[in-house]
Amino acid sequence: MYSASDLRKGLKVLIDGAPYVITDFEFSKPGKGQSLYRCKLRNMITGNQLVQTYRSNDKFEKPALEERKMQYLYNQGDEYHFMDTENFDQIFITKEQMGDNVNFLQDNMELDVLLFEDRPIDVTLPIFVNLLVTVAEPWAKGDTSGTDTKPITVETGYVLNVPPFVVEGDKIQIDTRTGAYVTRVKE
Amino acid sequence: MLDQEGLYMRAAFFRAIRLFFQEQGFLEVDTPIRQPLVLPEQNIVPIPSGTHFLQSSPELYMKRLLAAGCNRIFQVSRCFRQGERGRLHLEEFVMLEWYRLDADYNDLMTDCEDLFDFLTTEMLDCIFPVHLGLGWERLTVKEAFDNYCPISATEALTKGNFDQLLVEQVEPRLGQITPTFLCDYPLQLASLARPKIEQPEVAERFELYVSGIELANGFSELTDAEMQRKRFEEEYTKMDDERGRQGKMPERFLEDLGQIDQAAGIAMGLDRLFMLLLGKEQLAEAVPFAPDELDS
Repeated sequence: MYSASDLRKGLKVLIDGAPYVITDFEFSKPGKGQSLYRCKLRNMITGNQLVQTYRSNDKFEKPALEERKMQYLYNQGDEYHFMDTENFDQIFITKEQMGDNVNFLQDNMELDVLLFEDRPIDVTLPIFVNLLVTVAEPWAKGDTSGTDTKPITVETGYVLNVPPFVVEGDKIQIDTRTGAYVTRVKE
Repeated sequence: MLDQEGLYMRAAFFRAIRLFFQEQGFLEVDTPIRQPLVLPEQNIVPIPSGTHFLQSSPELYMKRLLAAGCNRIFQVSRCFRQGERGRLHLEEFVMLEWYRLDADYNDLMTDCEDLFDFLTTEMLDCIFPVHLGLGWERLTVKEAFDNYCPISATEALTKGNFDQLLVEQVEPRLGQITPTFLCDYPLQLASLARPKIEQPEVAERFELYVSGIELANGFSELTDAEMQRKRFEEEYTKMDDERGRQGKMPERFLEDLGQIDQAAGIAMGLDRLFMLLLGKEQLAEAVPFAPDELDS
């Protein structure tokens, strides 16, 4: 159980049965007045924003959240299947819940899965992944600007802009937080 | 954490504050920081220190000095309030308080204007975020709610969202062109202030705002000891803790209060004022060490 004085940016609380994370927090107290805890919160399942002001005697339940190391196995239609690396339990997460993360998934990749009341609600990928370039048009000779980029496709089907020297069959590193090209990697 | 330049500015700031009051004929005093009993205020939680409490304000003992015959006194001291942590709150902070015998809250507002004027001439490196030369805005609490809130101050008090409306709707509008004095608070929000003679449902209390930030709270002192005792009893009934159950009365204070005919006093948060002079956004950037920079 949390009390209002525990509230701070990043804290996760249970509101109306859903887990919320505090994204913005400000303590206010007008002269001689009561303490006010002004929060912006994000529903961790739906992503909906909530703006709420709490008082000293408000109490909050901790949401039953658990992070587990899992390995990506395969996808079947819109279901992405994972295995717990400790107890070998298998679960699946829908494509919708996966969001942009599907762009960076590789077979056997290990990642963190966040569960709320034993149901998966979010995954956290490694920050950098190396992916194979499967489609890349050759760069037109004579263009010496050197500053331009070109679109290519990687093994997951994700399309991104990279420098012109990247060719089909290269492995490139991508930042999963931004989806941007980082560097070409040698293997 | 303050850099070297910041430390020099802070020292110059404290020096200028003291110089102002000395030149005005105020006596600088120091009173006990550890106190066996602090005046009951529902929304201020004192920090225990052994058998005592750390002061949440030097108010009690400064008023006893008024009763002892001092007529103009000031003090720069550290105050402590439990659980007040945020962009504009520190659990330990520096407060300036000054008191005048035979004066009322209008005299204190004039003091504020003179003090800020003095600071700008003493501290040329600092730029006030608002105009000081113009007549400062004076707004009653009633007017402020009528102007900026969907409901009146009286309705807000009944509904219990007075503080929230004040913080969210009113305060951001105050002290934006000149500093603002928000005046004449409902009586139940001014435990130690005197009712206004021509309008007894409000107290002669004001708060000073600059750039939406509350800097000071001043009032004409309630000097009727019996009425003060009743107010304290009411405050204690609102507290649901050990202090509230014990309901100890500051008898010497009440006895001394009866000796005072008329007086006015004000508390100003110096860390906040210094923060504004530095052009910073949070207190942690205006003090030598912020709470999260301490060893633990």
